[in-house]
Amino acid sequence: MSSNVTPTSKPVKTTGLHVGDAAPGVRKVDPILIADGVKRTFGGLTAVDVDHVEVPRGAITALIGPNGAGKTTFFNLLTGFDKPDAGKWEFDGRSLAHVPAYRVARMGLIRTFQLTKALGLLTVMDNMKLGAKGQTGENLFRSVLPFLWRKQEDEIEAKALEILARFKLDTKKDDYAASLSGGQRKLLEMARALMSDPTLVMLDEPMAGVNPALTQSLLDHILDLKSQGMTVLFVEHDMHMVRHIADWVIVMAEGRIVAEGDPHIVMQDQAVIDAYLGAHHDADLGSTDTEHVEVLKELIDDEQ
Amino acid sequence: MIDWIAIFSNAAQELISPTTAAYALAALGLAIHFGYTGLLNFGQAGFMALGAYGYAISTLSFGFPVWAAVLVGIGASVVFALILGIPTLRLRADYLAIVTIAAAEILRLVFTTNTFDALTGSASGLQGYKGGFADLNPIPAGTYGFSPFTYNAYDWWIRIVGWSLVVLLAVITWLIMRSPWGRVIKGIREDEDAVRALGKNVYSYKMQSLILGGVYGTLAGMIFVLPRAVVPANYQTSLTFFVYAILLLGGAATILGPVIGSMIFWVLLSFFSGFVARAVEAGWLPFMSQVQAGQLRFILVGIAIMLIVIFRPQGIFGNKKELAFVK
Repeated sequence: MSSNVTPTSKPVKTTGLHVGDAAPGVRKVDPILIADGVKRTFGGLTAVDVDHVEVPRGAITALIGPNGAGKTTFFNLLTGFDKPDAGKWEFDGRSLAHVPAYRVARMGLIRTFQLTKALGLLTVMDNMKLGAKGQTGENLFRSVLPFLWRKQEDEIEAKALEILARFKLDTKKDDYAASLSGGQRKLLEMARALMSDPTLVMLDEPMAGVNPALTQSLLDHILDLKSQGMTVLFVEHDMHMVRHIADWVIVMAEGRIVAEGDPHIVMQDQAVIDAYLGAHHDADLGSTDTEHVEVLKELIDDEQ
Repeated sequence: MIDWIAIFSNAAQELISPTTAAYALAALGLAIHFGYTGLLNFGQAGFMALGAYGYAISTLSFGFPVWAAVLVGIGASVVFALILGIPTLRLRADYLAIVTIAAAEILRLVFTTNTFDALTGSASGLQGYKGGFADLNPIPAGTYGFSPFTYNAYDWWIRIVGWSLVVLLAVITWLIMRSPWGRVIKGIREDEDAVRALGKNVYSYKMQSLILGGVYGTLAGMIFVLPRAVVPANYQTSLTFFVYAILLLGGAATILGPVIGSMIFWVLLSFFSGFVARAVEAGWLPFMSQVQAGQLRFILVGIAIMLIVIFRPQGIFGNKKELAFVK
């Protein structure tokens, strides 16, 4: 697959993104995405309750947190796939509240999904072409007249070929997307997102289910997005990857932002350790739980 | 002895009969809904009824010319599609199925009830609306063709109009399905959230598809009633399922599938009914009465369709490669 399976060079980190001390909700020098008081509850469960968060422009930001922290729900809220109970948030100065998902995408905020959504029974090329914005032929009445959209179609195809070549999928262009491997589908989904020239790319667990041989090439592609001037926000569990490529890390736990900062520093934050391991992870459970042990022993005696 | 020539010539007539054309049109509409967009429309009979009644009522009760009566039918089915689609297309696919099957039945019962007898003719239906259509016939009176396809001028006129419509709509469907519009539609079938994330207004596309396929059904309903009368009992749920059978027979996401599927369906139906009826007459099936024989054809067609679905599940024109990836 990728020619450089081991990291060849250390990626260039973007620094100086924030204003003041790194703390949850810290102001950024140039935020692209700002969320304020975004709250989403499912019945009695508060999945997301974010007071304030800003995503820096032109950098790679990682959103991490233990399972159930509300990362994917937060993603869905930002991209219009779910509606919050309260809150406002804006992208590039434009409010995103009550904007449907497809309009969010047209503004230049493109997302991928945790469970890859390659369109199986479309060819790889058709998947790519679908990603392009503002197509004349996507209007029902104009679609009947090929001469109206043929030229644009050729341009889109040329662009798709160029991106596919970069992702090493060009030899697969006429195959059904369903015939690709899991990792290739992740690549395809990312390549498809690039067809619309997004300004902010949101990747939901780009590494999940990708075989190690493809990991490095995927990482390079994410770094590539930054060098092309795009902002990246991604959810990930793999801490090595986060440390390797992220310029900024936002940590979520139980729906809240508990820490923010540089990837190397934030990992040592007490709130982050608590979030992942539990607040009492270093306390001796035996000493606090003597009562329970007594009760258990009594129960066992009763049985006998 | 059995009159094989009569059986075969009756079956052959179904190849170009207006009913076959009507079912082909309705199935083409379902191909847009189900095959390409993934919409589960179980109310195609309702769209056909709107075509039939829209045409007949505006001709009989309001004296509309043919073109206006056709537009009334199309308008009615657009409104029907909007009523069905607005509340359900934002929800999961199965809700559309529930709503369409119920709405088609509601329509049929409204057309059957005595309350609107003056307009709909209730259970006995409507007739006498063919004058305007027959007046447009450029063919001079007389009988044309060769055995077994010998018809009078009016019968030829229906067939020409019906099959021209089939060809026209098949070409239009082929054109739009290979365009970027068709690409979005097929993308929605695969995963509508992914298409939404790429900036396409999925709701609007699904609505366009529902309306377009519904209009095909409406035109099918008009062709369907030109050689017969408008009778509400024709628009039962079973009509929708016959159209689905045709679609699956030919291949769900194909253009030729619904057309050839309709031909095969009707030729088989006519062949079996002719054969069984005469076999009973000749005493080959002593355990069976003529009435029972009338029903047996549907059983035989059902078995034939089962065999095709088992041994050629992609349909006659479907792409075998697609099946390799069906989850």
